Amino acid sequence: MDAAPYLAMRGISKTYPGVHALDGVSFDVRAGEVHALVGENGAGKSTLMKILAGATPPDAGTIEIRGQAVNIRTPRDAERLGVAIIYQEFNLVPGLDVAANIVLGREPNRAGVIDARALDEQVLSVLKRLGLDLPLRAEIRTLAVAQQQQTEIAKALSVNARLIVMDEPSAALTPDEVDKLFVVIRKLRSDGVGIVYISHRIDEIFTIADRITVLRDGKLVETGAASSYKADDVIRLMVGRPLSAHFPTLPAPTQTTPRFAVRELRVPRRDFGVTFEVRPGEIFGLAGLVGSGRTSLLRAVCGADVPAGGTVELDGVTLRIRGPSDAISAGLAFVTEDRKAQGLVLGMSVRENVTLPHLARFVRLLMVDRREETTAVQKLSDELRIRTPSLEQLARNLSGGNQQKVVLAKWLLETAKVICFDEPTRGIDVGAKAEIYELIARLAAGGVAIVMASSELPEVLGMSTRIGVMRGGRIVKVFDRAEATQENVIRYATGTVAA
Amino acid sequence: MNLTPAARQTLLRAGGFIVGLVVLLVVLNAWTHGDFLRPFNVSNVLKQIAVYAVLAVGQTFVIITAGIDLSVGSLIALTGVLMAGVMVGEPIAAVGLLVAIGVGVGAGGVAGAVNGLPVVRFNLPPFITTLAMMLMARGLAFMYSGGRPIEIDNAAFNAIGGGTLFPGLGHLIGLPGIPAPVLVMLAVVIAGHFVLTRTRFGRYVYAIGGNEEAARLSGINVAGVKMGVYIISGALAGLASLLLAGRLSTGIPQSGSGYELQSIAAVVVGGTSLMGGRGSIVGTFVGALLIGVLNNLMNLLNVQSYAQEVVLGAVILIAVLLDELRKRYFASR
Repeated sequence: MDAAPYLAMRGISKTYPGVHALDGVSFDVRAGEVHALVGENGAGKSTLMKILAGATPPDAGTIEIRGQAVNIRTPRDAERLGVAIIYQEFNLVPGLDVAANIVLGREPNRAGVIDARALDEQVLSVLKRLGLDLPLRAEIRTLAVAQQQQTEIAKALSVNARLIVMDEPSAALTPDEVDKLFVVIRKLRSDGVGIVYISHRIDEIFTIADRITVLRDGKLVETGAASSYKADDVIRLMVGRPLSAHFPTLPAPTQTTPRFAVRELRVPRRDFGVTFEVRPGEIFGLAGLVGSGRTSLLRAVCGADVPAGGTVELDGVTLRIRGPSDAISAGLAFVTEDRKAQGLVLGMSVRENVTLPHLARFVRLLMVDRREETTAVQKLSDELRIRTPSLEQLARNLSGGNQQKVVLAKWLLETAKVICFDEPTRGIDVGAKAEIYELIARLAAGGVAIVMASSELPEVLGMSTRIGVMRGGRIVKVFDRAEATQENVIRYATGTVAA
Repeated sequence: MNLTPAARQTLLRAGGFIVGLVVLLVVLNAWTHGDFLRPFNVSNVLKQIAVYAVLAVGQTFVIITAGIDLSVGSLIALTGVLMAGVMVGEPIAAVGLLVAIGVGVGAGGVAGAVNGLPVVRFNLPPFITTLAMMLMARGLAFMYSGGRPIEIDNAAFNAIGGGTLFPGLGHLIGLPGIPAPVLVMLAVVIAGHFVLTRTRFGRYVYAIGGNEEAARLSGINVAGVKMGVYIISGALAGLASLLLAGRLSTGIPQSGSGYELQSIAAVVVGGTSLMGGRGSIVGTFVGALLIGVLNNLMNLLNVQSYAQEVVLGAVILIAVLLDELRKRYFASR
């Protein structure tokens, strides 16, 4: 094996407003090795790979390919330098067939007329190198995820990629498919291709990786040979910090009868049910990796998706929920994960956004009483300290933290009995986070039952009275606050212990 | 004055618009040797745009939800011949009138519901469902009428399209009265503006066009609101047909051809986004007015009728382009 690195990134730094995404990180990949890049959400993995892909420029640092300093400013540059990235969301054209996708933009042609035979030969030779057997004429949309991924890999290889980054490649695959993926990766490795393997699944990393690099809070923790670590070491390095002190004191639930009970609830396209209970004043945290089913569960619980079976009970009464409006009138609020796509109408004002779920309340003689709206929204806005020049400001023009507070205000206008939060603090600054934590604690103290899903472990641990760990759509373990540590939650979430 | 910066900006924009409009009107008036602003001409322009403006109000509702209604031109023909047909041989004029209005507006509304149902139920693109309706309604109009115009001899019906009201008011400015279709148009514009800006339904129309998923998760009955906008658009096509058929005293199966595009033009010239979520009835009315004024001016200035279409197309393009540039300018500040 050639020991000189194919790629060397040195001292890479990147700052976003309010966040130090990367701080002097160095990372290298040799030809013919699989290098695993691990870290919690927000550790800086994606930013580092975005810089490598030419999607965003670094503030400081240098990149070398084969010892030559290079400047990667666009994805084209990256392609020219033999770097290919396979994102979780594939870059394939669903309506074109496998062969057309593999050579997209580089079709062999004579005077613009595609040379179909040369095209097929080229595609077949790439597939042969990978030892893959894909139906050349099948449209991408008809293929399973695993085959789409194989197409992506073939596409990368057909542009002569010498370095392939795979971002969570196993997230949507079955165990069998993951084994097949590893066969392909080993093949690439023996061909001298360097692989960056990003994954949350610690067990996989030890199966496939030659070296491991751990990032935490935008800094390099360490890089070393995979054989020199045990799974627990890596988890400790990833977590590595004490719980932040900015979490408020949580109320102790006094009642023992559950306010909210979910029984054998079946998320669409799952053939098993999920059961959990939440008492008044309790914050039930849902932890789990990306793709573990937290969001799907919350969506089914709150009527955003219609569940395939099971029941939801509120104060002992079984609810009939066929859609969001049933959930809302029953007293269930759902603060969604993506405020721009699901939470807000960006082209509407703060006032109009906040009153949207409860507009009927403000109607007098067919007309919406704007003055009454303004009074009610102003009160909430003061309580939540929403920083906006006026309530007539468009939601689009607010900062992330203030947008999130507008979404919260929507669901606080009427007193909810149960509030489900999905990633309540994603992408907002520390100050706004602390305010939202306090608000959640205050709501719980007022007797609301709270379900909170988050991919930030410290948040789940700091803000939950009980924690459900999810994996593959199931709650595999429930911890009381006192027994939950980052290490044992991650163990259940990654499946390094049998559930 | 004690104004917020936003209010001052709005005032500044509105002021600039009005000053510009007055200067333009004075210049145009001089150019046409004073013909343009004569009461007779003004009343004529308003009469000509009445049918388009009524269609465009319905179209505005649909377009704000990010939809489109291509069927309204053909619905004018279909509801026109239906109304004319039900009045044939009806001895009592008042009964004939009421039945005709009920049939015209009702059939338009039903056609609107047929447009909307596949959109909300099967998520078909409104472009397709209303294109299909455009073809079907036109064919049905020919089938029902046997391809021939149906004469209307109901005086009350014809008065709605061609008559005048308030002769006293008219005499003040040297006219026989205010044209009835102009009054109908103004009533529709005012009602449309009220519904869109003041009611819950109107708020939901904007919310759905702005972010359908957020609207759904806020508990809004998205399917119901969408059905509502297509029914409104269809029913207003029936009303517009009443104005047109009344003016011509005939239900004509060929009528209304191309009106769907005229109404869409008025909506986009009026600043409503085809992407949904943004727009206003007032803007649409100004858009219809602008197109009407332009047609009128070209007639007064004896522009050849083929060239008129070229100019109209170019003006629509320029108007929307200017609006886009204006928005970018204000967005960048």
